[in-house]
Amino acid sequence: MSIKHHLTDALLMAYSAGELPEAFNLVVATHVSLCDECRARLASFDAVGGAVLEECEDASMTPDALAATMERIRMGSGAPIHTDAATRRHLSALFPAPLRDYVGGDIDAVKWRPVGGGVRQAILPTSKDASVRLLHIPAGAAVPDHGHRGLELTQVLKGAFRDEHDRFGAGDIEVATEADVHTPVAEPGEDCICLAATDAPLKFTGLLPRLAQPFFRI
Amino acid sequence: MYRFEGGVTMKSTTGSAHLEWVAHVVRVRDARDEAAFAELFRHFAPRVKAFLMKSGASASLAEECAQEVMATVWHKAHLFDPSRASVATWVFTIARNRRIDALRKQRRPEPEDLGWGPEAEPDQAEVLDLQQESARLTEALRLLPEKQRVLVERAYFGDLSHSEIAEETGLPLGTIKSRIRLALERLRHAMS
Repeated sequence: MSIKHHLTDALLMAYSAGELPEAFNLVVATHVSLCDECRARLASFDAVGGAVLEECEDASMTPDALAATMERIRMGSGAPIHTDAATRRHLSALFPAPLRDYVGGDIDAVKWRPVGGGVRQAILPTSKDASVRLLHIPAGAAVPDHGHRGLELTQVLKGAFRDEHDRFGAGDIEVATEADVHTPVAEPGEDCICLAATDAPLKFTGLLPRLAQPFFRI
Repeated sequence: MYRFEGGVTMKSTTGSAHLEWVAHVVRVRDARDEAAFAELFRHFAPRVKAFLMKSGASASLAEECAQEVMATVWHKAHLFDPSRASVATWVFTIARNRRIDALRKQRRPEPEDLGWGPEAEPDQAEVLDLQQESARLTEALRLLPEKQRVLVERAYFGDLSHSEIAEETGLPLGTIKSRIRLALERLRHAMS
């Protein structure tokens, strides 16, 4: 997979520091699963966290803390709980492990809902401070024109889309801010599947999609 | 199996403490060595507790979480990869995830694990390079201008919102990134 569009340093650092809403965490974890360049950059931000920890002044532990921890260990506390994210993806799977974890399976397990124009979506359950959904855009179809308050991340999983500025293929991530009003169109030939997160409801600029917005929970 | 005690001669002391901690984790992993674990505990548990208190946890919650984090270090020693992280970095990621769980009550989606096959044990030279680079990064953080250092620390204590986190840390991350990139390439090669 040749990836041209990557995560920003600010997003990688916020993910490393643990400061992103859950919906964004999922998109970042999905991109990093596909992109070794961003995986290495993320690891370097984790190393900053390690340096911050190393430089923390000691807060003294209670006198029996070590004995209590050995007891926890014997009780199995802190033992790894098997999650899907810990396992490697089967070669035929489209979704990386963290996304598969939220969907409850691969692409065939997604519960799609139509949102008009042949576009389908599935909202994934996360904390309410941001939202994330899968989008299925038919080849050649447009995603309704929208601006957005705050930040929007769009990870391409399959196919490709173009907007006025650039082309985004499988593996690429688009990082858009409120200044960007764009009209993404799926490339002809193959349907496009994306994972998109926003920290505010999208505001569509067309009349009909705007009326439909509360209903579809976009 | 890789061995660090006696097998590696350091040219300078840069990273030697880091390499010591790696050897401790390896002893916990291979021999369930309680003495090695006790030394890790004495060094890292008070730092994890301080880190969690600076992140807004009460002293009692921070104490409990620090014990949990150290128990995880024991159980997950086999997942630690010294060609991609220092022990401090690895402990930080465990403490951060514990914080999100305890303070924000949220799940944290993690990237797909690459895992080490039996044939893909990390290369000793790569481990040495990475541990030295981690020591240099800690030194660079210490030498940042006060204002900038505080900003980086506040970000990791969870004191800044994601929109307040700056693009530029002032820290030299290029070399450590390249080292990790090489370790990943080697791992991908071994997996294919």
